[in-house]
Order: sequence, then C-alpha cells, then structure tokens
Amino acid sequence: MSVALFVPCYVDQFYPDVAIATLELLERLGVDVVFPQGQTCCGQPMANTGCTEDARPVAKRNVAMFADYDAVVCPSGSCTSMVRNHYDQFFDSGDTAFQHVKSRTFELCEYLYDVLEVRKLDVRFPHRVSLHQSCHGLRELRLGPSSEVMTPRVDKMRSLLDMVADLEWSLPTRVDECCGFGGTFAVDEAELSASMGRDRIADHLSTGSEVIVSADMSCLMHMQGLIRREKNPTQVMHIAQVLVGRPIKELAKTE
Amino acid sequence: MGALPIIDHPDASREFVTNKARSHWHDEALWFVRSKRDKQAHSVPEWEYLREQASEVKTHTIANLDRYLVEFEKNATAMGATVHWASDAADHNRIVHQILKDHGTLRIVKSKSMLTEECGLNHYLEDNGIEVVDTDLGERIVQLRHETPSHIVLPAIHIKKEEVGETFHTHLGTDKGASDPQYLTEAARGHLRGKFLSGEIGITGVNFGIADTGGIVVCTNEGNADLGVSLPRVHIACMGIEKLLPRHQDLAIFTRLLARSATGQPITSYTSHFHGPRDANSELHIVLVDNGRSKLRESETFRHALHCIRCGACMNTCPVYRRSGGHSYRTTVPGPIGSVLSPARDSKAHKSLPYACSLCGSCTDVCPVKIPLHHQLLAWRKELVGQDRMPKSKTVPMKAASYLFQHPKLFALAGKAGRTALRWLPHFATHNRLNKWTIARELPLPPKESFRDWYRKNRG
Repeated sequence: MSVALFVPCYVDQFYPDVAIATLELLERLGVDVVFPQGQTCCGQPMANTGCTEDARPVAKRNVAMFADYDAVVCPSGSCTSMVRNHYDQFFDSGDTAFQHVKSRTFELCEYLYDVLEVRKLDVRFPHRVSLHQSCHGLRELRLGPSSEVMTPRVDKMRSLLDMVADLEWSLPTRVDECCGFGGTFAVDEAELSASMGRDRIADHLSTGSEVIVSADMSCLMHMQGLIRREKNPTQVMHIAQVLVGRPIKELAKTE
Repeated sequence: MGALPIIDHPDASREFVTNKARSHWHDEALWFVRSKRDKQAHSVPEWEYLREQASEVKTHTIANLDRYLVEFEKNATAMGATVHWASDAADHNRIVHQILKDHGTLRIVKSKSMLTEECGLNHYLEDNGIEVVDTDLGERIVQLRHETPSHIVLPAIHIKKEEVGETFHTHLGTDKGASDPQYLTEAARGHLRGKFLSGEIGITGVNFGIADTGGIVVCTNEGNADLGVSLPRVHIACMGIEKLLPRHQDLAIFTRLLARSATGQPITSYTSHFHGPRDANSELHIVLVDNGRSKLRESETFRHALHCIRCGACMNTCPVYRRSGGHSYRTTVPGPIGSVLSPARDSKAHKSLPYACSLCGSCTDVCPVKIPLHHQLLAWRKELVGQDRMPKSKTVPMKAASYLFQHPKLFALAGKAGRTALRWLPHFATHNRLNKWTIARELPLPPKESFRDWYRKNRG
C-alpha cells in the first residue's frame, strides 16, 4: 500500500517538525509513506476568501499529485476538509481521480484511529495537556463529539492521547470554542480574531495546563503568536509531536 | 428602508471589540444563554430527529409556498380575519397605516416583531403622527434610548442594567442610580400598563402561520402580545410569508425547538394561538409580507435561509457576534443568519458581512432547522468575488498565491526567502502596522530549513 504525506503549505515552511513527527509516527507504525515533492497547497486560502477561480488550478494540481496513492494522510483537519468537503465545486462528479483522492484523504488522527486502528502507543508525555479541537476537524470531519450536536461520537483525538503514558488532562471550560484564526479572517478582522484567541488561551490556561495540543497547526500558530506577544509561558504542540514522543522542552529548538 | 451606507464590519465593530471589558461581558452573557440551550437540547433524546423533521417540513413548505399561502388565506378569511398582501416594506407600512387611518387611531401598542423592524414601521408611523409603544421590555428599553435592537430575541442584550437604570430615570422617573432588575422591571410594568390601556390598536409579529387552520401563533415570554391585542378591538399581525407551516400538527416540532434554541427554556411562557377575531366587534388583520423573500426562494444556494424561525441561537453561539455586538452588523437581523440574509437584499451594502466569520461552523450545528449557515456564508464570499464586489487588496494577493502554489519551485524559493528575511530583518521591519497579523501577534519563528528540504536530505 502506498501512502502519501500531504503537508500543509505553512507547516512545510514554518513548522517542519510537525511534518517530520507525522512521518516518523507513521513509519514507526509500519506505514510505507512518501512525500510527493511537487505538492504545495490545497487551495483553501483562495477558496475561503471566495476566489474560487484562483483556487481551482491549485485544487486540480493537488488531486493530480495524489491520484496514484492508496491513501493520503494530512496532519491538518482543515486541509483534509478542504479536499473532502469543498473540492466538489472544482471537479465533475464522474472524475475518478478526484473521487479516489476525496475518499482516500485522511486527517492524521482519523487515519490512526479508523484506518490503522491504533489502540495502544509506546510513548510517554508527563505533562498537563489542554486539548484544542479545531473547528474544521470537529464540525466538518467529525473527529469527535461537538457541544452543539447531540449525536454521540468517538473522540478520536482524546482516544489517541489517552494511549500516551503519564499524560494528564486539564480541559478548557468551553470544550470546542473557536480560537479565532479562520484563515484570512485573522487579518481581515484582526482585532476580533486576536480577542477570540486571547479568550481561548485564557480558557486553556485556567485549568493549569502546560501545553495546548491540537491536530491543526493553524489554530496553534495563531494562538502561539498571541502567547509570544504577551510573553505567556505556555507551549503549543501538534498532536503528532506528542504521539511520537517529542519532549516538551525541546520544542523551541525544533520549530 | 433605504439602502444603508456601506460600513465594513471590522470598522463598525472596532469600538465594541476593543472595549475589552464590555466585549467580555457581552460574550459571557450570550454564552450563558448558549449553555442553557445545550442543557435543554440534551434533555430531549430525539433532538437531532426533531431538527431533521423541522428542516424537512420547512423544505417542503418553501417548495410549495404558493399553494400553502393560498390555503392559509382561504382558511384565515373563513374565520373572519382580513388578509393583506404586501410585496415590500413600503407596501407593508402603507397597509398598516391605512388600517390605523380607517379606525382614526393615533396610538398603538406593538409587541416584538423583527418584520416591522425590517420594514421600518415605527419610524414610518411616527412620521405620520402616530404614537408607537413597543411593549416587549427589551424593545421598550432600546426604543427609549432611540436605538435599534442588537439581537432578534434579546433586543437589549448589549445594555447593562446600570444603563437601563439611567434610561428609566430619564424617561420614567425612576430613582437615580437604581440598577436592581426587579425594581426597574416593576417600573416598566407600571409604565406599560398605562400604555396598554390607552392603546387603540395592537400590532404583533407572527411566529408561525398554519395553512390548514388559517390560525397564527405568537410566542412571547412577557405576555405583552396577549395584553396588547386583548384590550384593543383591532389586532394587526405582521407576518413574513416564510413563517408558514402546512399543518397544525407540524407546530409541535417547532414549539419544542424554538424556545430551547432561543433562550434555553423548555417552552416560551406564552404560546398564543389566534383563530380569527375574538368576537363580532373585533377585527384581525394579517399582513403577509414578501419584501425579498420570493427572490431568495429562487436561489438554489440560499433558499434554505428561509427556514429560519428567528430563534437567535446562531447569534448566541457565534464567537464573532458575541464579541462584536449586534449593532456591528448594521442590519435588522445580525449574526450568522443576518449575514446570509442581508447580502441577498443588497450585496454592495453588506459585502463585508460574509467575511465577519471564522467559518467555525458552530451556527450550522446549533441551528434547529438545519440551515447550513457557514456553508452559505462561504457561498456568499464566492458570489461577492464573482460580482466583483471585493476590493483588489483582497483578491490580488489570492491571485499571487494561486500562481505561487502552481509553481512548486517558486513556492519553495519564496518560502526560503521569506524565512530568511524573517530571521535577519529587525523585529520592527516585520512587526508593524502594515502587517495586520502582527498588530496583536508575533510571527512564527522561522526554521532554517523547510520540511521539503529536510525530506530531500533525510529521505530523498
């Protein structure tokens, strides 16, 4: 089985360790994974701004890039949702390459939990962790139960993190509130976005967590920007980094 | 109402958002309502089934609206009501005014109706020499302050009790500095009682119109609608054509969803049913208003917005609404549903609203009638760019990004150049007012190599 790693553009450029951790984690679990070098971006920034025609060629490129793989794994709920829930406008419904990529693109946690059926991990993380659910992971991919909907669901992220030894939970009071990133919204409505982020960080910290963990680095990039500006001592980590056993203290060096 | 001036949401919201204490207070107040809603929704095991049913009933009704409207008119008329048809806001106001003139009325009492707000009825009547008294407490507070409601269910949610105290001191003569809600409510009650007694005609909105009975249903928590239409002889009910339900038995689905979604109550305190005028000496006028609804119905993408039962749950849950306040939307209906409805009315004036959203999707999940709100906001963005409504400052960078993402070597090179610049440039060169990201945030620390560089070296 050939598996391709689909790395979000900003992760490639600014958070290479998130991609390295994802790769190492998958390799450790025996997955033969490659990174197709020609990939760039899923087209979400353009599509979310409404610039559909600018997103189209990028989406087409992305599908062509991944069409030959049995599975595509992405350490981002947002980019995965883009392919799965928002690509239909760019392709004919009979496009077999697109349908293949659409049905075989997985967010990392769902790939681990649903496809590989990982139920135990040999890893330790002796820290108090606050979980940040990304909106797209939660409400577009349904990686876990959301507070608005009464349908019971498995919480895939929490289930995976529960396999980590010595990890302690300290969850925010608003379990799945948006952090305020929202792509170009972060710049468009900069004050609002920052205000949402500050509230989110305060909620995460109010329960005494040492690190905010999420499956979407974009939420974390935004919160990290605020944390650094306000010289807050807390850390952010991508779930792949926790699951592969990165120590918390070396985070700054590997970024 | 005339076209509103174009006001960008970021500008309109700035004062509210940057007043951290007020913004937080507003956020907490609405989150409290949202939490009450969650508890109530959890207490109904068939909640998701109800939402599905409600959505299906609405889809069916909107698809067959012409037929049901005719049925409604026939049945309402048979019970003695007079049904009027208004194609737009001006039409609606003229019809209401004509009824008042026919009765020589100079004073009306009006219970909450976002439709009359949408049509600008208060101003129209006041300009014609008629005294209009809003009898919903929140509505009365904003009316005394010469403001508009900032929320469709909680019209005065943006006003603190101390401010209500000041308003009442000025207008109702309550003690200066009083802020006790019980005291203020009692004062308003006494004041409104007099208005009820002198009101010559009562105007209400309509929550649901029932096609197979011709009856209308009005839901309130204060009983003000009932009092307002029981004392006068004439009741005018103003109803948007989308408020229709086919059968009386469909109503139960909606009354179970409405109050729970709106305020986290199991049911509204008063759910009043009106079937024709109450006696031979009374009159019931029902004004059916289109005002853009038929146009919206023609749109494949946005037709679902007509499902809205005006519960306000999308506002309570919206993190943008909670922090920016309802007035920042500069529309009668604010929040997620307002940001879908308003551009349909005037896409130029309201072009910034679909962007006042982080696309978190909470509104879609909380909506009792399953309007795919965040998908519709996204669809509006596409529509606005297609209509060439968006400024170049927004669309040109996207064209550049698109080009970059189609050329991986250039993308890698640009990334490297950007990271290098970030490493070497002094902080003030990258973190200034020109870079809006950095108004409140630091940029990420740039790593020496990208993942693709690392991969080539280590796995290539």
